[in-house]
Amino acid sequence: MEFETIIGLEVHAQMLTETKIFCGCSTEFGQKPNSLSCPVCLGMPGVLPVLNRKVVEHALKTAIATNCSINKYNRFARKNYFYPDLPKGYQISQFELPIAVDGFVDIEVKNKKILKRIGITRIHMEEDAGKLLHQLDGISSESSYVDYNRTGVPLMEIVSEPDMRSPEEAGEYLRILRSVLQYLDVCDGNMEQGSFRCDANVSLRPKGREELGTKVELKNMNSFRHVEKALEYEIQRQQDMLEEGETIVQETRLWDESGGVTFSMRSKEEAHDYRYFPDPDLVPIVIEDSWLQEIKGQLPELPKEKVERFIKQYGIPEYDAGILSSNRQIADYFEQCTGIYHKPKSISNWIMGDILRNLGDTREIDNFPVTPKHLAGMLELIDKGTISGKIAKTVFEEMFTSGKMPEEIIRKKGLVQMSDQNEIEKVIGEIIDRNAEAVEEYRQGKEKIFGFFVGLVMKATQGRANPKIVNEILRRKLAG
Amino acid sequence: MKITKKDVEHVATLARLRFDEGEVELFTDQLNKIMEYFEKLKNVDTTGVVPSTHAVDLSNAFREDAVKKSLPSDESLKNAPDSEQTFFKVPKIIEV
Ligand SMILES: [Zn+2]
Repeated sequence: MEFETIIGLEVHAQMLTETKIFCGCSTEFGQKPNSLSCPVCLGMPGVLPVLNRKVVEHALKTAIATNCSINKYNRFARKNYFYPDLPKGYQISQFELPIAVDGFVDIEVKNKKILKRIGITRIHMEEDAGKLLHQLDGISSESSYVDYNRTGVPLMEIVSEPDMRSPEEAGEYLRILRSVLQYLDVCDGNMEQGSFRCDANVSLRPKGREELGTKVELKNMNSFRHVEKALEYEIQRQQDMLEEGETIVQETRLWDESGGVTFSMRSKEEAHDYRYFPDPDLVPIVIEDSWLQEIKGQLPELPKEKVERFIKQYGIPEYDAGILSSNRQIADYFEQCTGIYHKPKSISNWIMGDILRNLGDTREIDNFPVTPKHLAGMLELIDKGTISGKIAKTVFEEMFTSGKMPEEIIRKKGLVQMSDQNEIEKVIGEIIDRNAEAVEEYRQGKEKIFGFFVGLVMKATQGRANPKIVNEILRRKLAG
Repeated sequence: MKITKKDVEHVATLARLRFDEGEVELFTDQLNKIMEYFEKLKNVDTTGVVPSTHAVDLSNAFREDAVKKSLPSDESLKNAPDSEQTFFKVPKIIEV
């Protein structure tokens, strides 16, 4: 039987603020345990939380950028449950009136040729919980240990519609969403450090059937690769079960990266009954139009707008513009290059090729050894004919490993292009003498073997011969 | 709406409270008395009245995103039943 995969994602994005959501404690990472807490975030009796204005502004920016409707009247609710990482016995979140609903982002699927719209159900603001350790200094005991520094750090939960049909689509949605948050400067998007977390709901249904199958919630995936791998595994697991006639149990499963499997998290499986109710300590939030206009005015250029501008301003293909704009730093890098070198398409080719390949998954171009100055310098050397495009690859590798400027590399390594007519003629002469048979074949009309001669010349000159001159001389000499 | 003993037991479980049989009966009775007040309130005509969750008609109480001094960890830990280093120490939470 053929099955269709249904995936919905819940993203928890830590908002970039100086202080927590309801108190003035710092959100700084990696501080001494319980050194960033106060009566408010510790949930002492009689304290009152006060909302950080920036949290609302970050959520509004995200809502606008993801085409959501904004609930002009929204409020906080208490989600009640007991767990030691939650000092109050409830988490302050939003429930029936979240700040934003009904949005979407467009992703590119199937080799980047088709646009697909992924719905966003809702965006709400909430506080993070503390950190629970089950070992201290590597030693297990009969106790667990709690650090409340994270408690009250502002989060945005972004819930998607179950619109994704494959792990690739899920991965693409996450990449797009993360890039939007990074563009907006509302979240640093670091999955490994937990500032951009993702849970996935996945179910299967026989192709053509309307009704959804039983869904399983996947947690504990801390990179895009993990999300895709966990989904792939889980889809296969559910398919195998369904084909055996077994029933899928609605449950939460954790991804185990080292084992490459998902496994059931039985401990928390008692039915959730959070008893949400409006938080009486926090007054409602009313989004005035003037405030919304002010926020709109602060929005930076978003990926989609950037793509359109790049196409218009630099005359590069849409495909290039899309890749360059997928990450704000890469887009900035590209524009820095265009400021010092005049052929945008050449820059784009190198960024999409050698640079992205060497950049790896993190795509952190800010610390990349090949700076815009390096790249522009190298491209100018190609234009001047000092080096060939082929040699440029070697120069690039060297810039990447040593960080040296291109001029220095070609001088030290003797990579300067050979453009001297006489010198090249001499090399070609020798090759023609040594390959009389092939020359004869060529003259008989087997012109395909022209490339064979070019190859020999390049080999003899370690790729340094100017290809244009090689072609000219070869044609002339072979013609006899 | 009538509160049953089952409801009381369920809420007690959610709140991690343990009651004996007598207490369950007492609270069921008391809670039902409270619910009767709500039945009375239901008789008030509220057509055209916007539901509210706060006694005061106030909105948008914000603070600016400026850091304030947190408590020193020894202060934070002062009321902790148990602690180790600067951690709160709690009974083992079994996690998979
Ligand atoms: Zn605090």
